[in-house]
Amino acid sequence: MAAPLQQSHHETVIIGAGMAGMAAGIRLALAGRDVLILERHNASGGLNSFYSIAGRKYDVGLHAMTNYVPKGTKGTPLTKLLRQLRIPYDALDLCPQLGSRIAFNDCNLKFSNDFALLESEVAANFPKQIDGFRSLTEEIREMNPFQLKSGHSSARGAVQRHIKDSLLEDMLFCPVMYYGSAEEHDMDFGQFAIMFRSLFFEGFARPFDGVRVIIRLLQDQYRSLGGQRKMKCGVQSIHSEKGRATSLTLDDGTTLTADSIISTAGSVETARLCNDQTKDVQAENIGQLSFTETITAFEKQPQELGWEDTIIFFNTRKRFHYARVPSGVEVDPTSGVICLPNNYHYGTDRQLNEGLLRVTALANYEDWCALDENDYRSQKEHWYASLMDVALAQLPSLPKGEQFHEHIVAKDMFTPRTVHKFTGHLNGAIYGASQKQKDGRTHLENLFLAGTDQGFLGITGAMLSGISIANRYLI
Amino acid sequence: MTEDQVKQIVIEIINEIAPDEDTKGLKDELALREQMDLDSMDFLDIVMELRKQHGIEVPEADYPELASLKSCADYLTPKFNAK
Repeated sequence: MAAPLQQSHHETVIIGAGMAGMAAGIRLALAGRDVLILERHNASGGLNSFYSIAGRKYDVGLHAMTNYVPKGTKGTPLTKLLRQLRIPYDALDLCPQLGSRIAFNDCNLKFSNDFALLESEVAANFPKQIDGFRSLTEEIREMNPFQLKSGHSSARGAVQRHIKDSLLEDMLFCPVMYYGSAEEHDMDFGQFAIMFRSLFFEGFARPFDGVRVIIRLLQDQYRSLGGQRKMKCGVQSIHSEKGRATSLTLDDGTTLTADSIISTAGSVETARLCNDQTKDVQAENIGQLSFTETITAFEKQPQELGWEDTIIFFNTRKRFHYARVPSGVEVDPTSGVICLPNNYHYGTDRQLNEGLLRVTALANYEDWCALDENDYRSQKEHWYASLMDVALAQLPSLPKGEQFHEHIVAKDMFTPRTVHKFTGHLNGAIYGASQKQKDGRTHLENLFLAGTDQGFLGITGAMLSGISIANRYLI
Repeated sequence: MTEDQVKQIVIEIINEIAPDEDTKGLKDELALREQMDLDSMDFLDIVMELRKQHGIEVPEADYPELASLKSCADYLTPKFNAK
């Protein structure tokens, strides 16, 4: 049992110890504010966390940290956020990817942290579209990635102004959507541009020890600045008077008061905590997209099997279909993401001690919640096997005589139900509500949103979100 | 406190909040933004540190006064001396 809180009033209470909440907490603590982070779960990280089973440590969330730039690169999101959090670049231990690929039926586009590779792949595979591709990237380069602009414009429409081949269009949308679209079929062009930059202009990297490196850095920084934190303590409700939040009731019945509140619980989730709102408010804005992910540990290095990709974004349909999985279908295995966490440049003297393979696909939340325990377990088995087949079909064929299954030493799988359980996101919607609240405002003047539903996505985005909301309203 | 001491204080704050920037040989009259990669978030941090370390308050309307080392000194020296 956590120690009882020492004080019942704080300048700012932050709901959620994910990346956004911790980043906001660090900013406020740096400014000398009295800040408390409340987290319902027993571990920090939120959507990007980790767990251990039988001595093996698994990451959830992080395939790769996007927005990778080499040390000393000026003016980019990663550099700015590290400066804002006063965390030295080297502490992240970022190791760049080997190389990734977008794999559609008859076409592969390789990309790496050097944008020239993607450009040359587009030129080779889509010679008629290369000028359009260049003008699209030019337009994206000129957009300001830090602007908290409101409004929505169709990314499909914007891309189609430059690119006239639907295959190339879909191939560019596939990774961008999988790494951060809460919307089905299309997304906001501003959002698309941010993601496009973070994936293709910048790139992928991973700390050798995975997401826990980032979480520990944030926790340590927050604590060293005097920030307070209470784990295993969710918020039951937020009370308000005359348009201002006045107090919070916690899961254990305690009441706290605060001058201001930053919630990273999600837009709809936060509204529903407020006593002046009904419990079904904003139903139309609940995220529709959830995912399942398998993780497999095996006793080989992927490269020994000829698997050299870091991440593969695949699609086997004629048109890429990024949408809520229909009821009764459980999982849509026709597109997804394959990640091999071993395939980063960790240096010559270290490598993960086992091979890891992660496969992510869209999944239906209600279907997974409706299953009783036995069926839940057996459906997990069923879909684990299917997704492994899908992944093996996308990965280079194994050397003759090799059977991948013989090398497997451990496996696990999360479903939309798991996501909901550990993050509280309604519908298990990893990327949150489809309508983002870019200015972080809510119906209460001193209650602000940060994190996924403010609109910056991914680990870097989440931290930038926490920083921007703290800076804009509370420092 | 002299203007040179105030400039030194500002440089020390920049070294702290933006350790990757080179603050040697900064020109007095030239905007700090033109000599280093500093953005509005960094200026917010300069203001934050002035308050935390020295008890100097800079209201938002006065942020433009911090544009160059010279304007920082002109604006901040009286504040330091009035403490």
